[in-house]
Amino acid sequence: MKQYLNLFISFFKIGTFTLGGGYVMIPLIEKEIVGKRKWINDDEFTEMLTLAQSAPGAIAINTAVFVGYKIKGIKGMIATVLGTVIPSFTIILLIAVFFTEFENNETIERIFCGIRPAVVALIAVPVINILKDNNFEIHIIAVAAAAAIAVWLLGVSPVVVITVAGLCAILYNTFISKQC
Amino acid sequence: MLSILIQLFITFFKIGLFGFGGGYAMLSMIQYEVVEAHQWLTVKEFTDIVAISQSTPGPIAINSATYIGYTAAGGSVLGSIVATFAVCLPSVIIMLIVCKFFLAFRKNKYLSAALKGMMPAAVGLIAAAALMLMNSHNFVDYKSIIICIAAFVSAYFFKTGIIKIIVFAGVLGYFLF
Repeated sequence: MKQYLNLFISFFKIGTFTLGGGYVMIPLIEKEIVGKRKWINDDEFTEMLTLAQSAPGAIAINTAVFVGYKIKGIKGMIATVLGTVIPSFTIILLIAVFFTEFENNETIERIFCGIRPAVVALIAVPVINILKDNNFEIHIIAVAAAAAIAVWLLGVSPVVVITVAGLCAILYNTFISKQC
Repeated sequence: MLSILIQLFITFFKIGLFGFGGGYAMLSMIQYEVVEAHQWLTVKEFTDIVAISQSTPGPIAINSATYIGYTAAGGSVLGSIVATFAVCLPSVIIMLIVCKFFLAFRKNKYLSAALKGMMPAAVGLIAAAALMLMNSHNFVDYKSIIICIAAFVSAYFFKTGIIKIIVFAGVLGYFLF
């Protein structure tokens, strides 16, 4: 029972103190589950990270499922997932209740009028950062641009874009490049 | 009520299932489903939720599921629970399968090829999310453009924290608009 509680508390902490999503969470997750609790070692952590980033869905949830299941099976997994979800769920629910009340408030509207264009910039920054990390490689830019145009201008569903990209990569690797 | 809960479940399950590339890449998917397909939110409301998600803890997918679930179900906590559960469920199922067959998956050449191809597409989806939000709802006049450029410069070149930028933009908005 104590083990389940520890799993819950650790991931509750991770869920509470990480602002800005998955990538920001990674160092904290590492400190908590590798450094402090020693539930998994460094190599396992690196492997887990690759899986959590490759699988669909939020990275924090994927990590929670992996660690919880590895330590204590299905019940452990339930403890870690609930731990991760409950903090943001509670905070956002409170905000939703408050915000739907004050949405048409003039002051709030003015504040958000300033925030909205900043949000657009904050979404654009990781795009440039990821392209830079890949040395602005032309293939990556081409595929990214095609995907962006399909969704933005042609109204193609992102689900379709992601599926087609995956299938094309499989076909390319099977029939054209034999490297893999 | 039941039909909206079922729709919320299906929509957020889909978002969780195809949400490759983390939170930002999921944004365009959430926007496509929630603003364009189902019209549960306006573009402005969606942008506000992104701002709130960025300034509160937790994954953006969970935050938006909780918020949208609440508003789409007409202010019901049940909507939040259903949407949040649905967006997590694919992660749980897929990660459990991955845990069981760890090595087989890692060495599968088709899967690693597919993931390699999805990475740049996911970057494109993030770009699409930003581009779709560059509209007259979010950009009222030249002042909005200045705020956008200033936010980009401080985040990209000076690595200013997200919350600082949002708070500062909010203060500017209060005085400028």
